[in-house]
Amino acid sequence: MSTIAIPQAGVHAVHRDERSFIRKYIFSTDHKIIGIQFLLMSLLFLLVGGLLALTMRWQLAWPGRPIPGGGILPDTMAPDGIILPEFYNSLVTMHGTFMIFFAIMPLLVGVFANYLIPLQIGAPDMAFPRLNMMSFWTSVPAGILMLASFFVEGGAAAAGWTSYAPLSAVPEYSGVSTGQQLWCLSLIILGFSSLMGAVNYITTVINMRAPGMTWFRLPLPVWALFITAVLVLLAIPILTGALILLYFDQVLGTGFYLPERGGQPLLWQHLFWFFGHPEVYILILPAMGMASEIIANGARKPIFGYHAMVIAICAIAFLGWIVWGHHMFQSGMNPMLGSTFMFTTMIIAVPSAIKTFNWLATLWKGDIHFTVPMMHALAFVAMFVIGGLSGVFMASTAVDVYIHDTYFIVAHIHYVLFGGSLFAIFGAITYWFPKMFGRMMHVGLGKVHFFLTFIFYNLTFFPMHQLGLRGMMRRLYDPTQYAHLQPLQELNQFVTVNALLLGAVQLLFIANFVWSLFRGKRAEMNPWRANSLEWSVPSPPPHGNFAVTPIVYRGPYEYSSPESDEDYLPQDRPPAGRSAPAPDLVPAH
Amino acid sequence: MNWSLPENVSTFGAQVDSIYYLILGITAVIFFAVEALLVYFIIRYRHKEGRKAAYIHGNTRAEVIWTLVPFLIILFVAFRSREVWLEVKDPERMPPGALELRVAAKQFEWNVTYPGPDERLGTADDFVRRGQLRVPVNRPVRVTLASEDVIHSFFLPEFRVKQDAVPGMEIPVWFQATRTGEFTLGCAELCGLGHYRMRGTVTVQTAEEFAAWQREQSQAGLAAAN
Repeated sequence: MSTIAIPQAGVHAVHRDERSFIRKYIFSTDHKIIGIQFLLMSLLFLLVGGLLALTMRWQLAWPGRPIPGGGILPDTMAPDGIILPEFYNSLVTMHGTFMIFFAIMPLLVGVFANYLIPLQIGAPDMAFPRLNMMSFWTSVPAGILMLASFFVEGGAAAAGWTSYAPLSAVPEYSGVSTGQQLWCLSLIILGFSSLMGAVNYITTVINMRAPGMTWFRLPLPVWALFITAVLVLLAIPILTGALILLYFDQVLGTGFYLPERGGQPLLWQHLFWFFGHPEVYILILPAMGMASEIIANGARKPIFGYHAMVIAICAIAFLGWIVWGHHMFQSGMNPMLGSTFMFTTMIIAVPSAIKTFNWLATLWKGDIHFTVPMMHALAFVAMFVIGGLSGVFMASTAVDVYIHDTYFIVAHIHYVLFGGSLFAIFGAITYWFPKMFGRMMHVGLGKVHFFLTFIFYNLTFFPMHQLGLRGMMRRLYDPTQYAHLQPLQELNQFVTVNALLLGAVQLLFIANFVWSLFRGKRAEMNPWRANSLEWSVPSPPPHGNFAVTPIVYRGPYEYSSPESDEDYLPQDRPPAGRSAPAPDLVPAH
Repeated sequence: MNWSLPENVSTFGAQVDSIYYLILGITAVIFFAVEALLVYFIIRYRHKEGRKAAYIHGNTRAEVIWTLVPFLIILFVAFRSREVWLEVKDPERMPPGALELRVAAKQFEWNVTYPGPDERLGTADDFVRRGQLRVPVNRPVRVTLASEDVIHSFFLPEFRVKQDAVPGMEIPVWFQATRTGEFTLGCAELCGLGHYRMRGTVTVQTAEEFAAWQREQSQAGLAAAN
């Protein structure tokens, strides 16, 4: 087990920081600043994605009724505030695109891989700081292009975030030409940003762990982010390749996905989902890692089954590569292949169950402190259970025949990505906010935001299961067109009202975030009495992080250890009777 | 919250529904057990003055149990699903003696080609109806599904039938109605501007009614062609 200590890591920290404002905050190579840049940008896109969803929900509840204040939208989108079908299709597409590629993925990976990896492994920065800066600044034009596509002729992409060809490849079919091309270009560019990030995270975790930080002493967020980075590195090139072919079909008249020119529409789906299913785990593994961290901290107890947790992360990541066909059960793919993909998909429930039971067992005999991050982490577990179980319905080829492409899958994905990932993200932001900004977030406001979000979230998304079971298809501009969906209109209105409330409640989070940034209580070095290395440096940590390279003596979850009088035992505290030097390189377990 | 599925009117639909209810039962038990345990732990082990958490790192036997038990449950569900799935989708198992139809999807309509009284497609007495899928009750129907432009999805909710129509492919779909009546034909795959109104009706008639209608339509078509 080799770890490379970075000699004199903290030299910068003790000197006065002499970087100019631009080098420090704009074109910064400091992983912490880059993490915060990703945070601000992806929260902005989260807001955009949310507003698109609410606009969509309005139309679903009251088809054809003008949106209040919708008069400001141009006539190509919503004349007199009435949403056009073409705009609705763009809303569907761009909501998914922004949330997955520009909000959840950068929130988990861009923000926390950047911010946490060096701090939690005891490194002064990323292995390639300039590449890291480039990763962020490459994602900016990608976001601008995607936003700009709303305002080009024909509007934004309208073929769904899954962009199935031929609809996405031929402008005559979708009615959108430039918008579809910008969608491809934006995601190709964003892919480069993700790749630069991924190589950096992988290299940093392998090479820059502090002395004594063995693999099995890594905090679980680092494990999850490391495995996620491997998934990103292997999956994104496939999407990029598929997108380039799609772009060629759009502008050069090639026919990779067009049967009349010798192509195959299912080729796109295979490539897209070969990327897309690992992507699903890219969107949940870091959330699992961070929730594990917060749960052990909140329960003041070692995480139950640390090794099982790591193995489960690796198992999910591996199985994630051989399940993509479950998105294509009804696609016309050979039904025998459908059976195969069902078995691999079902098996992925096993590592998910292992993780859930380990979280529960961590709470068992704990001493649970209901901090705001802990509330979010507990909600994460409760909601992930629902998202996991509804996945079994989708995984069953037989049941999928009926519920495929209905609101059941919409409910499922939102239980995983909102109930799962987003609750974990809210928890993680609240947990690491004091380290990032040197101030605590407001507790009362945080609790109100949590409870209201939890309630309205469930009232919004749980009834969607029922909409799906009653046969409501997804991506429908006007469900009242179908006789069998007309009785569901009241339920659709109920969902929309709660979605609007859910959206409104997020103003509390924005208020708390901004207020705490300037007025929050000053944070001490270790406000959560946690063990991992980021809590052994000032809040916020100086450039270069550690004044002296830390030495790690134990795993990150030594809560309530008999070795310590307190209920925590930091990773870098020398064992009793031993003063600082001589790193202990023998794995603890 | 209503967890039941709408009325089913196809032969294999009951089997699809039985798998759904099987999974609903299993997941409901797991859901209530896990969430109840979570809530219990949250209340039972909440912080109190003087409480110290137990210093436990894990338990191998517990890990083995909660790995194996879900694995066995999930295998059981998968095997049960597989049987029904093949019954619905495997072309080799589709029953003989079926009424052969051809459905061509295009933005934003379903065009159904019916054979004339000769029961064979591709002959002069064929006729086409837009958005109108008319079939006899208690007889298998085999649809050859095609698309002329983008991907659509042939969705008969009451029959538990869903199959994407893919340009460049001809995909067999079958079902057998168990009662007469009017039902929904919808598009379940985003196919463009008019996706939301790409619907049709399924009319299930008695064999006699259907035969009469088929003869009449076919002759009208032939007469118009002459």
